[in-house]
Amino acid sequence: MSLIRKPLNRRSILRAGALGGTALAMPTILTSRAWAQGYLNEPTGSTVTLGFNVPQSGPYADEGADELRAYELAVEHLNGEGDGGMMNTFSSKALKGSGILGKKVEYVTGDTQTKSDAARASAKSMIEKDGAVMITGGSSSGVAVAVQALCQEAGVIFMAGLTHSNDTTGKDRRANGFRHFFNSYMSGAALAPVLKNAYGADRKAYHLTADYNWGYTTEQAVKESTEAMGWETVETVKTPLAATDFSAYITPVLQSDADVLVLNHYGGNMVNSLTNAVQFGLRDKVVNGKNFEIIVPLYSRLMAKGAGENVKGIFGSTNWHWSLQDEGSKAFVQSFGQKYGFPPSQAAHTCYVQALLYADACERAGTFNPCGVVEALEGFEFDGLGNGKTLYRAEDHQCFKDVLVVKGKENPTSEFDLLEIVEVTPVEQVTYAPDHPQFAGGALGTCNSGA
Amino acid sequence: MLGLDKKDTSLFLLVLLLVVLAPFLLNPFPENSELAQFNAGYPDLMQRFLIFGIFAIGFNILFGLTGYLSFGHAAFLGVGSYAGVWMMKLLTMNVLPAIIISVIFAGLFSLLVGYISLRRSGIYFSILTLAFAQMSFSLAYSVLTPITNGETGLQLALDDPRILGVSQVDGSIPLAHFFGVNMRDSFELSLGGWLFTFNAGYYLCAVVMMIAFYIAVRIFRSPFGMMLRAVKSNQQRMNFTGLNSRPYTLAAFVISGMYAGLAGGLMVAMDPLAGAERMQWTASGEVVLMTILGGAGTLIGPVLGAGFIKYCENIFSKINDNILYEWFSALPEAVSDILVFVIHPFIGKGWHLTLGIMFMLIVIFLPGGIMEGFQRIGKLFSRKKKKEADASGATPAPAE
Repeated sequence: MSLIRKPLNRRSILRAGALGGTALAMPTILTSRAWAQGYLNEPTGSTVTLGFNVPQSGPYADEGADELRAYELAVEHLNGEGDGGMMNTFSSKALKGSGILGKKVEYVTGDTQTKSDAARASAKSMIEKDGAVMITGGSSSGVAVAVQALCQEAGVIFMAGLTHSNDTTGKDRRANGFRHFFNSYMSGAALAPVLKNAYGADRKAYHLTADYNWGYTTEQAVKESTEAMGWETVETVKTPLAATDFSAYITPVLQSDADVLVLNHYGGNMVNSLTNAVQFGLRDKVVNGKNFEIIVPLYSRLMAKGAGENVKGIFGSTNWHWSLQDEGSKAFVQSFGQKYGFPPSQAAHTCYVQALLYADACERAGTFNPCGVVEALEGFEFDGLGNGKTLYRAEDHQCFKDVLVVKGKENPTSEFDLLEIVEVTPVEQVTYAPDHPQFAGGALGTCNSGA
Repeated sequence: MLGLDKKDTSLFLLVLLLVVLAPFLLNPFPENSELAQFNAGYPDLMQRFLIFGIFAIGFNILFGLTGYLSFGHAAFLGVGSYAGVWMMKLLTMNVLPAIIISVIFAGLFSLLVGYISLRRSGIYFSILTLAFAQMSFSLAYSVLTPITNGETGLQLALDDPRILGVSQVDGSIPLAHFFGVNMRDSFELSLGGWLFTFNAGYYLCAVVMMIAFYIAVRIFRSPFGMMLRAVKSNQQRMNFTGLNSRPYTLAAFVISGMYAGLAGGLMVAMDPLAGAERMQWTASGEVVLMTILGGAGTLIGPVLGAGFIKYCENIFSKINDNILYEWFSALPEAVSDILVFVIHPFIGKGWHLTLGIMFMLIVIFLPGGIMEGFQRIGKLFSRKKKKEADASGATPAPAE
């Protein structure tokens, strides 16, 4: 053999070294993560990683920041630090403050930029790189739907953040996705009776609708529920999402014979359109012998703050408000306020609750396996998380709970005290069939554990 | 080799080597170390490097060679994506038809846009393409909602027909595959503390990107490429000699549009969703940045630029204050507080700022992009300075 006869030189030593190295590495090749697991990203160490995917830049950055605060608080509580917040008032007592299933909760954060592509990229890196077993957060329905589909495909759980469009649990529902937040249909159903009481059954409504998916479903929901009680819809006009000046859309309202303006706008859109509408003197107008009124179907405190004086007396709906006086809300507001110095927004609330619900479902299922979690959450009834008795419906993974109808406060006492609760619409009134026309066309499919 | 000269062959082989070994090269830090944060060797990001590399290579064929600065290339990427998703909805989950149809549709659309826009040059051309792209974005975002699913983005559903495939498998949407190989499939190799992921989708992208790169090299070196360079150096003089330059520029425009469509098709092959914001002007601007950052007119500059931007976007945006505190945990608290305070604006949501500063530094000090930096370093170590610089086809050309 030629190899033996040659004296040892640098090359042959290197060659032998490389061969030896490969031989040593061989056994470890077979211990690849993919083989050992029953499901994707099974936590094998002493910690479990959750992915908080929130908008840190873009139009909903404020809400994203508040969501992140809520998640940090939730992680603290889950790990047994802080005062425990809503864990103490939660009807399920599976959570002990020792992490989830004895594993310390760790988290990674990402920026959705309120763009589906960026949100998916960020969620993917959490799943592929950081080994996150659950993704949660977001402040837009488009992003929620996109990330939900991704989580279904990859095989992790998605706990939606703030997403109000019907589609999230309607035509785009997925088995691995869950939504605690309410939706357009519920807003419409809750608002209609209050509006009837306040403004009468004989009104003519003019809709300005943000030209994207959430706008469409909200317009449809409000239109259908107000028409059902006798209102007439004069006109629906779509406004570009990027619009900042709505004067051109308000002028035709003045010339129509409508006496109610419905602004299906959210965030900066709503702040601008409402301000424009008030500047044009719509609220001082009398049409058909009635005072002209403005309605904002989805309210948030952050928006109310942006619109300032103009929100006074304007009706809308919201998922949760910090001034609620039940035990859960009080506990949450207290621990959030202690940590950050101001009350939480509804986005923060829904995200905090989602984190807790996920952790609790894992505890009850005894596993992080997405299919086990799905089973534990489906049809789960709970209380003490700020919205009263709540059901996670098995058919579409939507939470059913009371809806708050709110009004811009006339005499705010602080910069946070901008909305007052007019009515708590009971859950029966906002419940619908899973195959309701506004939600039809979707199917959950089966859960995917990524195995 | 393959009709390339010696220099191009070695460049091609170098790129091939980098692409094949990327799972190792991008994961230099062990799994559990603090620096694992900077690892980029996970499938999604590696795929993105290649896909945006293809996008930038194609853009460079137009911008680098002819000097026509298109501000609307994202529209072709978007059209390609939508076409690809529709293919997966209607025909089959095999990614091949999706990729082919994306290239075709993007090509047709760029023919239309190019035919109109190329009647003007310079800033007017840029504005025309920008207008087309924004128009496509608005259409996709709202008016064409039945086709594009608006803001939510077009995605697969359980009840899609998929004539040549299956609508659903056990109640889930089937995965995108290439003749049975799922794009999601990965093989993980753990060596000591390191974990390397070899993803099927990534290697499909790699093959496509090498083909795209090869074609780009051939175009750069062909008489056609020479014509395009002539357009850049002085189009008027070219017209005076009796040559009609428009067919050449239009061909370059369509080719680069097809590259964008290919990138779009690959994007949906890796992740079957097409969102309208893919066509927004910021996305068009991004590919301009990539090309300039890497070095317009060079062969691999745009790929490096694409990698650089995607790395910043995906890695820096995920660093948060907690991670910083962990890094500095060895330091006294006051010092680490100050450090975190200083670094905070540049991480997380501040990644745009980091990228912006890097971009400014590169454009000011290295007008030829990253490639010029490499060349300067190369010159320092090379004795035959003059000869190298002359022979190099990769001489950076400033943006026009």
